[in-house]
Amino acid sequence: MRAAHEDRGPVVRKDSREMVTFCIGEQDFCMDIMTVREIRGWTEATVLPRAPDYVLGVINLRGAVVPIIDLSSRLGLAPLEPGPRHVIVIVLIEQCLSGLLVSSVSDILNVTEDEVQPVPNIGEASASCLAGVISKGPRLLRILDVSAALPKTRAEEDELCPA
Amino acid sequence: MSGLDALRQTFFLECSELLEALDDGFDILADADPDAGIDIEVVNAVFRSVHSIKGGAASFSLDTLVHFAHGFETALDEMRAGRFVPQQSDWVVLRRAGDHLTDLVSAAREGREVDEGRSHDILAEIDKITGGAGRELERVMPPAMPSRETLATPQPHAFAPMTLDLELGGHNDTRFEIGFRPRHALFENGHDPVHLFRELETLGDMSVSVDVSGLPSLAELDAHAPYLAWTLTLRGTAQRAEIEDIFEFVAHLAELSIKELDDDGLVPAASPAPAPAAQAPQDGSGSKETDLHVIPTSSSPEPRIAKSVSPSKATVRVDLDLVDDLINVVGELVINQSFLSQSISDAGLAHETQITAGLDEFKTLAGQIQEGVMSIRAQPVKPLFQRMARIVREAAAVSGKIVRFETSGETTEVDTTVIERLIDPLTHILRNAVDHGLEPTAARLGAGKPAEGIVRLSAEHRSGRVLIEITDDGAGINRPKVLQIAKAKGLVPDDAQPAASDVDRLLFLPGFSTAEQVTDLSGRGVGMDVVRSAIQKLGGRINIQSVPGKGTTFSISLPLTLAVLEGMIVTVAGHTMVVPITAIIETLKPVGVEIESVSPGCDVVRVREELIPIVDVGRVLGYRSPHEKRAEHVLLLIETEQEKRWALAVDEIRDQRQVVIKSLEQNYGRVIGIAAATILGDGKIALIVDPEDIVRSAADTILPGASNAAGTARPIHHLLGV
Repeated sequence: MRAAHEDRGPVVRKDSREMVTFCIGEQDFCMDIMTVREIRGWTEATVLPRAPDYVLGVINLRGAVVPIIDLSSRLGLAPLEPGPRHVIVIVLIEQCLSGLLVSSVSDILNVTEDEVQPVPNIGEASASCLAGVISKGPRLLRILDVSAALPKTRAEEDELCPA
Repeated sequence: MSGLDALRQTFFLECSELLEALDDGFDILADADPDAGIDIEVVNAVFRSVHSIKGGAASFSLDTLVHFAHGFETALDEMRAGRFVPQQSDWVVLRRAGDHLTDLVSAAREGREVDEGRSHDILAEIDKITGGAGRELERVMPPAMPSRETLATPQPHAFAPMTLDLELGGHNDTRFEIGFRPRHALFENGHDPVHLFRELETLGDMSVSVDVSGLPSLAELDAHAPYLAWTLTLRGTAQRAEIEDIFEFVAHLAELSIKELDDDGLVPAASPAPAPAAQAPQDGSGSKETDLHVIPTSSSPEPRIAKSVSPSKATVRVDLDLVDDLINVVGELVINQSFLSQSISDAGLAHETQITAGLDEFKTLAGQIQEGVMSIRAQPVKPLFQRMARIVREAAAVSGKIVRFETSGETTEVDTTVIERLIDPLTHILRNAVDHGLEPTAARLGAGKPAEGIVRLSAEHRSGRVLIEITDDGAGINRPKVLQIAKAKGLVPDDAQPAASDVDRLLFLPGFSTAEQVTDLSGRGVGMDVVRSAIQKLGGRINIQSVPGKGTTFSISLPLTLAVLEGMIVTVAGHTMVVPITAIIETLKPVGVEIESVSPGCDVVRVREELIPIVDVGRVLGYRSPHEKRAEHVLLLIETEQEKRWALAVDEIRDQRQVVIKSLEQNYGRVIGIAAATILGDGKIALIVDPEDIVRSAADTILPGASNAAGTARPIHHLLGV
């Protein structure tokens, strides 16, 4: 991680953001580093009944019950078969902790606003969870809109009526 | 947090205790036999409460609060002096004043603006019932108060200082000699003598001399220890009480003596003190050593106070977050302990007696810590009940009904969070009880009942849960009308003939309101369904019983704590789950012949000649497909609110133990059929089943026949499991 910081060189623009890059299968993604709390290895999750396919279950994160989301499946790609090589990125969105299952975490990048391009409207299922794309050399980086990728149960819960 | 903020917080905490004492006192006084005369000790206690609030409020320049408390206190002082003996009708006004004082305090705490007009109105009412005597006094007192409020930047105030009336026993010109030797704690708590002196200066001409005799040589000097003492001489129109007010917050942190000097500079034989004012709430602390306790000249000896104010134990005020953190850590400790046991037994060391003995000890200790920490969170429901008393009073005033509010079991202890979250549902039920439950006075008299309606609120511990009941002696639920409305709203089919208790439960359906007219009190779009869901969120159940002409009772049954639960560890389709033991009546392992199939997918088990429908937990939760044949299984017999029995089918029972409840909703959301989660000994999460919810969703999806069997139509079967 320190290496990444040194790499970014002396020029740091004010409107730049730090992004954590990760991959799911063959695709590269990134998300704002400020949402990331920690990165940990895969642990077996407890399955939640009647949950959406992409919710793998919940894990015990030092006493907190944290749901794990299979980002690949959430973005409409082939579901990951979770194994010891996979990584869980713990994110904090609106005071709620969630874990995102990804193939691997690769780098930390400095991204300025003018590098970000809008998501091309190609009717892809994953488009609703993306906040933009970045073209960096040969790579195409998709910026993940984390809160859009999370299950919506929390919001609905307030209106939820037990009867 | 700055020192002042901390002080302010302490003040408001104290206020809530004082207001509670005020309420208590009023309860005793209002219920006392009018012929027996007023218990002067109780009046004193009430007076002190208001006075201490006033004193504290003045230090924080909360003018509105000070002004109102002052007027209120004046009336109480009249009562103390025996000049004002409140009649039954006067108590309404006094209560209202108490309620308003509560409002003002909470407004001050939240920094809200308050309606000064209301203060004025209530003071006017008080004035009326005390026969204006209070007003007279008030005119005399103000010079002292505004001068206190303007301690930092003196500004001209509306009241011109005037000579004090002799009635108070005051002198035109008084001289006080004040000895003040602060202790270490005074500085530690963020006080500074100079502020006190400045404040004193506003009361009159003051001279200060400092006593440095206690000062050691530089070599021995401890920079943090106080060595100085001051002697202050104050000349002016000040009263002893005002001086005591200034020192109120530091009295127990310093050696303080206040001597009144006559004109020759001598201490008079007996100083006619107006009030034992400085008896601050923390009576037990150091203030007893000082001269502050002026013995009331008129009344009987002190020990009788114990009768009105129950003996107080030494307590500490702790931030709730700290307790919660502690509970979390203790929860972790318990998990860690079982994890350790498991590792040791996995490592094959379980036969080592020393290790096992040590581990057992650890287990016991961890359990004790957990129990102890849990009991810290438990609070008596009394403040809640007092708050509810006020709701009833207000509801009675608005609806114009005469209501007697009775409470019992105020000392019942419940988890703090439960108490907080009970406020809204109870408020709603009580308002309903007054507004809809009790008949109008004329109708009551017509039915041969006393004009005074009774609303009763009680709490008690019953078999590991807390039972709260709200009873009114009104007309009971108007079942024909309820049914008619339910039909009109399409909640039940037109031809349905539901049983009486099913009709009562219709009140809990969303969007149901029987009030033909939306009144000021209830009918604000919040229905009983909201009450029910609030209770359910607490892991509680609500039930309703009604007898026509006799009244209605709502019973709320709640878990003692939201943090731990005695659970049965079971497996369901390979998943480890927890079923709360409180829900289970019995467990049975059926032999083939006892199970019969009523219709496809709807099995019943015969238990002592009773047919009980079986609900397969694995199927309801979607762990198993509906067509999969159940493997060997165990049945857990549960009883729902409506005293209907169900049998939950699980694969096997593994263990029974206390589990720490972890919220699923905090990071995820509500899951149907699941109440919460817990962490097992191996660090894995297990889900805690909500049996009632399981039965309910089973009734919705798998057993459509069950509702018909109950003789009711579809919407009603929502209520079956509740």
